[in-house]
Amino acid sequence: MEHTAAEPSGLDIVVTTMASDSHTWNLVFLQLLLEELGHRVTNLGACVPDDVLVEECRRRQPDLIVLSSVNGHGHHDGRRVLPALRACPELLETPVVIGGKLGITGAADGDDTAARGLLAAGFDGVFTDVGAVDAFKVFVQRLAAGVPA
Amino acid sequence: MTAFGAFVARARSQGRLVVQPRMGMSRLDEMRLGLYATRNAAATTVGTLTVDSYTRTGALDEARRAIDDGTALNGYPIASYPPDVTRSLLRGIADEEFPVQVRHGSARPERIVAALLAAGLDATEGGPVSYCLPYSRLPLREAVTSWQRCCELLAAAQEAGAQPHLETFGGCMMGQLCPPSLLIALSVLEGMFFRQHGLRSISLSYAQQTHTGQDEESVAALIRIAADRLPDIDWHIVIYAYMGVYPQSPGGAQLLLDEAARLSVRTGAARLIVKTTAEAHRIPTVEENVRALETAAVVAGEEGRAPRTGIADTGIHEEACALIDAVLDLDADIGRALVRSFAKGRLDVPYCLHPDNAGRARSGLDSSGRLYWTDAGAMPVAGRAGAGRSATGSRELLDALSYVQRTFDERAFRTVAAPLPLSP
Repeated sequence: MEHTAAEPSGLDIVVTTMASDSHTWNLVFLQLLLEELGHRVTNLGACVPDDVLVEECRRRQPDLIVLSSVNGHGHHDGRRVLPALRACPELLETPVVIGGKLGITGAADGDDTAARGLLAAGFDGVFTDVGAVDAFKVFVQRLAAGVPA
Repeated sequence: MTAFGAFVARARSQGRLVVQPRMGMSRLDEMRLGLYATRNAAATTVGTLTVDSYTRTGALDEARRAIDDGTALNGYPIASYPPDVTRSLLRGIADEEFPVQVRHGSARPERIVAALLAAGLDATEGGPVSYCLPYSRLPLREAVTSWQRCCELLAAAQEAGAQPHLETFGGCMMGQLCPPSLLIALSVLEGMFFRQHGLRSISLSYAQQTHTGQDEESVAALIRIAADRLPDIDWHIVIYAYMGVYPQSPGGAQLLLDEAARLSVRTGAARLIVKTTAEAHRIPTVEENVRALETAAVVAGEEGRAPRTGIADTGIHEEACALIDAVLDLDADIGRALVRSFAKGRLDVPYCLHPDNAGRARSGLDSSGRLYWTDAGAMPVAGRAGAGRSATGSRELLDALSYVQRTFDERAFRTVAAPLPLSP
């Protein structure tokens, strides 16, 4: 299948997981999805150490940073990584979202509380429940269209 | 020392399938209860210590901090607890009647291997390719060097009287969507690498894929190739219940595990790594694991009494041999041959993002659910262009990734919804 060529209005997006997470199907899928929506994706792959993640984002200054994690350490790792990103002057305003399976319990209640915690910690979007992919697409489309989140 | 290979060989000679969970907790009392419950399950079992992902990735300070804080990890931090702690964890549980394997997923596992040996354990798993390319960003060359050192550590323990056992993870690459010929080739090549570096007891993995007939042919091919290429060491076959996107319904998950148990028995595999009915949703509880072990044992027992049918040859054996020979032709040192093969694209794992993987190969499912190459890149195998859908768009990829989930959830639904037979 032909991918839609990225249009000039498309976003530059970094798709990544975090240091302890070795899963990549989520990253492969997100890259294809975002490219089909007309965006340009840099995929950092599995087990991205904090310093590599921060350095790549600082160097590329993307329009959006997408953290995806499914190994159960996402809550913990995300809270560690976000301040490191925000510590870079270039990335103070860059939207950063997180999604996947972020805890080890799988309990909907716990996830809900934790999602609110991540938003409070400064994430611009948290996508974990059923329908997360559609909600994420809406978020990205609004961002590309310049609609404030 | 627990003599993992000898235990499995004994069970196999008695016609019993060995079943094994994935299990790892950071709290000692929970881990001990998990091992105890596995040992006492109504099945022929071996135990598992799965390490947490901080330990796997070498972030031992993070693992240490979690232990100190009392934060639960997603596995047992074997390199952060002192050896005596692990010894007391295992005391009275792990022995020759209940060997325990350490499962870790690490591309550079020296610390883990040293820790397990120090704690009196000697069975573990992985491989220089299978724990590097899919799960890490370590250069393949460095993973090969590290795994060579680990093999040497295990072989040294062998000299000291232990009976270390190492299992390849090459038959499980990416969990799903890797065509069987490459799974077989990598499993055998990692086994040959272990042998070259001194191991004398190994197992070769193969993960259940998308089509039962194709899986039967694949395991038969793996056994035939192992017999040819590893004639002078102890080996057995271990089947992994499906490792991809799992059925969401308890019924679908159970049907898929039943299928894996039957596959193991029909092909003559000796051991099965189970999955539970909770797999699609979260890390399973000990009780769910025990139930999976026990139901798999029942299904295996029933299958052992069923008549055998013939296995068709669609060319998987030939394709796997072509891949293996293409690697071995490059260098007598199997580690170096593997590194050069990936650099040349003679081996190329579909959808693998690692920088040392060529990344040209693509796979898909044909209309009957068999895995095939839509693009074999520079590998010495023929793709079957036009035979089915290639999983190159996000939608097609999701469809292929969720094919087994969909199929087995539907099957479970039909089973429940089927009209009751009329009473006689």
